[in-house]
Amino acid sequence: MNFYAIKAIYTFEMARWWRTVTQSIISPVVSTSLYFVVFGAAIGSRIESVEGVSYAAFIVPGLIMLSLLQQSLSNASFAIYFPKFAGTVYEILSAPISHVETVISFVGAAATKSIILALIILVTANLFVEIHIQHPVWMVVFLVLTAVTFSLIGFIIGIWADGFEKLQLIPLLIVTPLAFLGGTFYSISMLPETWQTVALFNPVVYLVSGFRWSFYGVADVDIAISLGMTLVFMAVALAIITWIFKTGYKLRS
Amino acid sequence: MNIQTSTTAPAVSITSLDKTYDTGFQALRGVDLTIRRGEIFALLGPNGAGKTTLIGTICGLVRPTGGQILVGGYDVLTEFRKTRAMIGLVPQELTTDRFETVWATVSFTRGLFGKPRNDKVIEKILRDLSLWDKRNEKLIALSGGMKRRVLIAKALSHEPSILFLDEPTAGVDVELRRDMWNVVRELREGGVTIILTTHYIEEAEEMADRIGVISNGQIILVEEKAELMRKLGRKYLAIQLQEPIAELPGDLAAMGLTLAETGDELRYSYDSQSDRTGIANLMAALNARGVRIKDLSTHQSSLEDIFIGLLRDRT
Ligand SMILES: Nc1ncnc2c1ncn2[C@@H]1O[C@H](COP(=O)(O)OP(=O)(O)OP(=O)(O)O)[C@@H](O)[C@H]1O
Ligand SMILES: [Mg+2]
Repeated sequence: MNFYAIKAIYTFEMARWWRTVTQSIISPVVSTSLYFVVFGAAIGSRIESVEGVSYAAFIVPGLIMLSLLQQSLSNASFAIYFPKFAGTVYEILSAPISHVETVISFVGAAATKSIILALIILVTANLFVEIHIQHPVWMVVFLVLTAVTFSLIGFIIGIWADGFEKLQLIPLLIVTPLAFLGGTFYSISMLPETWQTVALFNPVVYLVSGFRWSFYGVADVDIAISLGMTLVFMAVALAIITWIFKTGYKLRS
Repeated sequence: MNIQTSTTAPAVSITSLDKTYDTGFQALRGVDLTIRRGEIFALLGPNGAGKTTLIGTICGLVRPTGGQILVGGYDVLTEFRKTRAMIGLVPQELTTDRFETVWATVSFTRGLFGKPRNDKVIEKILRDLSLWDKRNEKLIALSGGMKRRVLIAKALSHEPSILFLDEPTAGVDVELRRDMWNVVRELREGGVTIILTTHYIEEAEEMADRIGVISNGQIILVEEKAELMRKLGRKYLAIQLQEPIAELPGDLAAMGLTLAETGDELRYSYDSQSDRTGIANLMAALNARGVRIKDLSTHQSSLEDIFIGLLRDRT
């Protein structure tokens, strides 16, 4: 293992983030607060509670998940796309580092950033509504697994994209809709029966459900299935990355 | 591979290397090339000849489609950790992380290449390249020539034993060139192998031990510089006249003499390798005509002349 290289890329990425830390942190904090005002306060005042949890508290795990997905994707995709775009990727390609090390450093940094943000959102949310976490260890497990999985997916998008449009395309057209439809702001059980079945094809449902369970002990799907599916997504992302590196797709000419 | 191999093997050893890009364009065709340890090797060739592609395959930027490359005796594909750690690369294009400082970006490269932090080494490199005063400046604020220096500093940051310079002096002022060649000479004295591409042939002529010429993806010539000059170099004799003459007498022109426009110099071009240069006959003829000679000098054709001649011969 080239630990010096992993450390170099990881600290480089974190330093890049740190330089723009105010905008990296303020914007998610502001948007989360807005969600709270709109969904928590305005709508929440009309919905008493969902499965025994006040609506404002109910949406907290979903909101955190939503940011976690978006931030992981954009952090990781940008981190690898930008050196490609600027040409500085030559350095990484000519360095004595393996693909595994490259992924560990970029994905590790992206996941770290989005986890920090998730925690900041959690703290912000706590200002609006009191939150108790029933299974803190599981909460951290879901947080980390999801951050890593979506950072991996972001990494794939960053390698695949050959323009800024493509970089935005998948997050905008696929991931954000799936996140909104994935029970971020509601319980799947609130949907008509056929839609409940359809929802089960949405990967985000499993992530949100598992994460929410770690907070309140209530879930749309069984916690074991949630965990299993989360691991499956991670495995799929890893398989795609392995394939990309095996074929040298789009990185080395 | 044992250690013995790695200390006695050539710096770079390439056999039947092919590269066809995804576009279907074949940029390298059966390249065979050996770079010796500690030499300065200049790779010359016109635009699009495949110089950057060749360097890319050795450094890990371009996937070869055929053939084999050994660096220090190790295969660049299967033992890339060993080979890449030995190599420093200064790319042709100026690509830098705009918002990083000089110090940070150079230190970053050292880590990337698997070396522990060493501020002394970085400081020496920055001082040698006259970058020390700029160490805390952001790259975006540097001029092109300064960015070039930074790229060189990055390539040297992990103390490589093989250095690739892909057109290091393109668009660079005299001062930087001088700094750079001083650094290159010092590196060579320290045993570093240097491979450079350049369009400035006088640079290759001045710096290189050996010269390779690539054209259309094929190495068409590899030669010791001195040998190349000797073999292909034509010399000419310049004869300064005491009084200018208006026209060259016909029989003198037939001997291969030409008159310079100014009318006060005659030129005689000959092959310095041949047994009979014809100079003695020429002198006799001049003497017989009563041409009075002020001075004589011989000149050797430059690499540029040789190079142009080579490429012309092939087309
Ligand atoms: N990524 C690529 N895809 C397709 N063709 C390429 C690619 N990179 C280079 N080529 C082609 O391969 C040929 C060799 O390019 P290369 O950059 O190696 O030339 P060069 O000798 O370095 O030229 P120059 O002196 O202009 O730098 C050129 O015809 C170029 O158009
Ligand atoms: Mg080139």
